[in-house]
Amino acid sequence: MTIPADGSPAEYAYMDGNALAGPLSEVFAVDVTTATSRCAHCGRTEPVAALRVYAHAPGLVARCEGCDEVVLRMVRGTQTLWLDLRGAVALAFPMDGA
Amino acid sequence: MPIVSRGFHGRRPTDDRKLPPGQFETFDFPVLSAGPTPRVAQEDWELDVTTEDGARHSWDWAAFTALPMETPTVDLHCVTRWSKFGTEWQGVSLDVLLGDVETAAEFALVHAYGGYTTNLPLEDLLDGQAWIVHRYDGEDLAPEHGGPARLLVPHLYLWKSAKWVRRIELRLDDEPGFWESAGYHDYGDPWREQRYQGD
Repeated sequence: MTIPADGSPAEYAYMDGNALAGPLSEVFAVDVTTATSRCAHCGRTEPVAALRVYAHAPGLVARCEGCDEVVLRMVRGTQTLWLDLRGAVALAFPMDGA
Repeated sequence: MPIVSRGFHGRRPTDDRKLPPGQFETFDFPVLSAGPTPRVAQEDWELDVTTEDGARHSWDWAAFTALPMETPTVDLHCVTRWSKFGTEWQGVSLDVLLGDVETAAEFALVHAYGGYTTNLPLEDLLDGQAWIVHRYDGEDLAPEHGGPARLLVPHLYLWKSAKWVRRIELRLDDEPGFWESAGYHDYGDPWREQRYQGD
């Protein structure tokens, strides 16, 4: 059970998905925050830049703005970077000249 | 001869013997969270222990708070490198909660309100090593720190001490939890600096 945000300061512990641009640029040649993601839980389609990113945590956790479920997780270890996209059905990227 | 001053910072020096490798001491209590803070009223709170046979043992708030209490004072070690010494809690030992539970399980997957999970060997919950705590520093545990009640397993990194604990699932096999399935170590011993998979 997750109680919706009640306006207390702790509920503003997240940033918008633009915070993912720098960390994800270590992995991808394209800017992933320009993609559109589809939430595997509720089906909501929204720009990655609109996800809610919780960064005061052992890794980055990006949650759906609609249902608060996890869409993307990223953990930066000393030797390895882990990226978990199981919460995204797909990412759709705008292509130049298409 | 140079004069060496330790300065006057009003803080006791860090006791390196209590500090695991790669950690620093902090004096506040940082709040880390992988999602929105669940707000669960005490009257709505429930704790379940489930076994591999499907048996379920449940406590509501009144039943939980009627159990024998302990007041552990423990050091906390977060994988984000802060450690906090001498934290004072009140809660129920897992030895009490699991005392009447018949199981052949070797692992536990802990579920929290809000969907967080973490896994650990069942033996790490027993023998005076773990508690379900509902009070911190003489006060009811604040939601930001896992209230109404959280798991406390101080000998492992703090991500194992699940906030907002809802259910302890006893399992025959080891199922990775939220951080363990995203690169963090399956066991998480701070003294062996088991932060990430492969450490």
